[in-house]
Amino acid sequence: MSAVELRGFGWRHAGRRSWALRDVDLRIEPGERVLLLGPSGAGKSTLLAALAGLLAEDSGERAGSATVDGREPGTVRERTGIVFQDPQTQLVLARAGDDVAFGLENRGVPAAEIWPRVDEALARVGFPYERDRRTGALSGGEQQRLALAGALAPRPGLLLLDEPTANLDPAGATLVRDAIGAVRDVTVVLVEHRVAEALSIVDRVVVLEAGGGVAVDGTPGEVFAAHGDALAAQGVWVPGHPVDPRQADGPPGPDLLHARGLTYRHPGADRPISTVDLSVRAGAALAVLGPNGAGKSTLALLLGGLLTPTGGTVRATAALAGDAAATPPHRWRAAALTQRIGSVFQEPEHQFITAKVADELALGPRRLGLPAGAVKSIVDDLLGRLRLDRLAAANPYTLSGGEQRRLSVATALATAPRLLLLDEPTFGQDRRTWAELVDLLAKLRDDGAGIVTMTHDTDFVAALADRTVHLGQSGAP
Amino acid sequence: MRFTAPLADPRAPLARRNPVAKLAGSLIFTVALLWTLDPLTPALALAIELAVVPLFGLRYGDLLRRSWPLLVSALGLVVTLVVFAAERSGALVVTLGPIPVTTGVLTNALALTLRLFAVALPGVLVFATTDPTDLADALIQNVRASPRFAIGALAAFRLLPLLGDEWQTLTLARRARGVDAGWNPWLRLRLFASTAFALLVGAIRRGTRLATAMDARGFDSGVPRTVARPQRFGPADAALILGATALAGGALAVSISLGLFRALI
Repeated sequence: MSAVELRGFGWRHAGRRSWALRDVDLRIEPGERVLLLGPSGAGKSTLLAALAGLLAEDSGERAGSATVDGREPGTVRERTGIVFQDPQTQLVLARAGDDVAFGLENRGVPAAEIWPRVDEALARVGFPYERDRRTGALSGGEQQRLALAGALAPRPGLLLLDEPTANLDPAGATLVRDAIGAVRDVTVVLVEHRVAEALSIVDRVVVLEAGGGVAVDGTPGEVFAAHGDALAAQGVWVPGHPVDPRQADGPPGPDLLHARGLTYRHPGADRPISTVDLSVRAGAALAVLGPNGAGKSTLALLLGGLLTPTGGTVRATAALAGDAAATPPHRWRAAALTQRIGSVFQEPEHQFITAKVADELALGPRRLGLPAGAVKSIVDDLLGRLRLDRLAAANPYTLSGGEQRRLSVATALATAPRLLLLDEPTFGQDRRTWAELVDLLAKLRDDGAGIVTMTHDTDFVAALADRTVHLGQSGAP
Repeated sequence: MRFTAPLADPRAPLARRNPVAKLAGSLIFTVALLWTLDPLTPALALAIELAVVPLFGLRYGDLLRRSWPLLVSALGLVVTLVVFAAERSGALVVTLGPIPVTTGVLTNALALTLRLFAVALPGVLVFATTDPTDLADALIQNVRASPRFAIGALAAFRLLPLLGDEWQTLTLARRARGVDAGWNPWLRLRLFASTAFALLVGAIRRGTRLATAMDARGFDSGVPRTVARPQRFGPADAALILGATALAGGALAVSISLGLFRALI
């Protein structure tokens, strides 16, 4: 088990003006299990990368010192294992056992020891399949368990976990958390947004302050009792600090969209997504729930007029589309579509087209042929409402996760659609952005917009949704 | 992955040969065929290839399903040659509208089609009976290919199917932003270029993340790698290469002795 020591540690990425991390003083004893918290942009991932020895000297500027067992992390990389967020980009080989063996081969473990250690690592994380299981056939939660086994197989003294459950549905996240909780004889540093679930597997909480070292340090009980309110205000998820629910204050308005017998079969897929019948109303928020792979994203694309159904129909009502209601949404021209239905994708970067935040907001209104003055007033209004004013000239790709999310929602609002569809809008967001989203969507709803969110965030559903539909099950109203 | 996933019985005598031996055998066979333009050599080679298919643990039906792109291109080749052949020697067989089809044209078309099949089939056999991981292992262990290259290519290869999904998402995301091209070909081209650029950016970002994850697991540690899956190159593998050489040489010899050999250069 390894010890970690940081003294006045700081890191500035090459080409950036501000420090990602600064003045961090922290000592972690062997065997401690630390939850690392902090608002978006506090440098949590950078700290893990530094401890894993992944910050190349020429990729930025260092201040102070960081050591693992008294040594420079880059020289003792074999003592650390790290698991990242995205399973797709950390599994290397096609068979589960081969992937775990990869790290052992790289470290020159004698051939005779490799397979026993692979089996040991797979058993430690409770991997339920044979070694030759194809990694592509695993669920997200199983893939992350496998990635954990790959990190554990070389028997590291320090295990670093960078939001390992962020991409997973609740069932998958539980699988991975249980596996982490069961791992013993290793020092653990965990970065995780959703604190309540993570608390059972850590014994110490360290909170980083944006741009300035360790703000709070102690046992979970001490930290949240003394600083819970302040942390919640900063955007940290704190257990026992729920956001006030914002249910609709009036009765719903007219129907906007009807889906009847709606389904879609991906080219090459074995079977189509389950058939959906639902109505979307103005002035109401509908939440669509269901596990990963149930077809929530596909349903969002179908309702959004982006994908042509392979079965059933999507019909807009006259309340949403006027005369155009006779044509199904997927046949509308793109500009006309954005005036009626706005779609916000799970990954904001997929939707960015221009090189400046202000241009990104102006794009939709310009495509509608609005005069320059009207475009400018829409852009200025949205920049202000979504706290993007200081970023008007920034490149969308350089924004933080929370800023990108706000921008992607703002781009959809720029053309003032009456129906807004959002795919996992709260995914990976800190508490502050989360609460802002709930607030914004509730206001839009109360002004008469229809809101549909595809989500597995149960807190979000509790805070906003007037109605829920479970995909993969019957019973949609 | 459809054209590359193994579908053969892995215990078949030739399927379980070392991937490098299979690859070398198929290359030798193919290179030998490229030397001659006559129809007999590829016909003999094709006969040999078809005869050894069961030794690779493949059923002819599966092979046919796997090689349909080959059949389509062969058909295209025949049509092109019949319609556009410059040299129309030999006796007239049939006239299709304005096109006189002669024995010379048909012989040429037949020879080229046979060449296409004879050259492509060994490759199809190798990749239908070889797991990509085993191939990378064998390249590293038996011909000392750089692990950085072989494993890197293997890992990148695994990300390829994601690109198709990513392309669709990017296309739909552009429509959601109010950007479409309608029937205007210039706008279509620009939209295609902008989507392709976004795809490239995304692919590079994913590739970088994968490379970081691989280095975090010691891929760049500089320690000599050990191997979890030893690939043996034994006498049977050497025999496979020798056999392929002998058979290819035999086919060429028959063609030369019958006076049919037409050198490429």
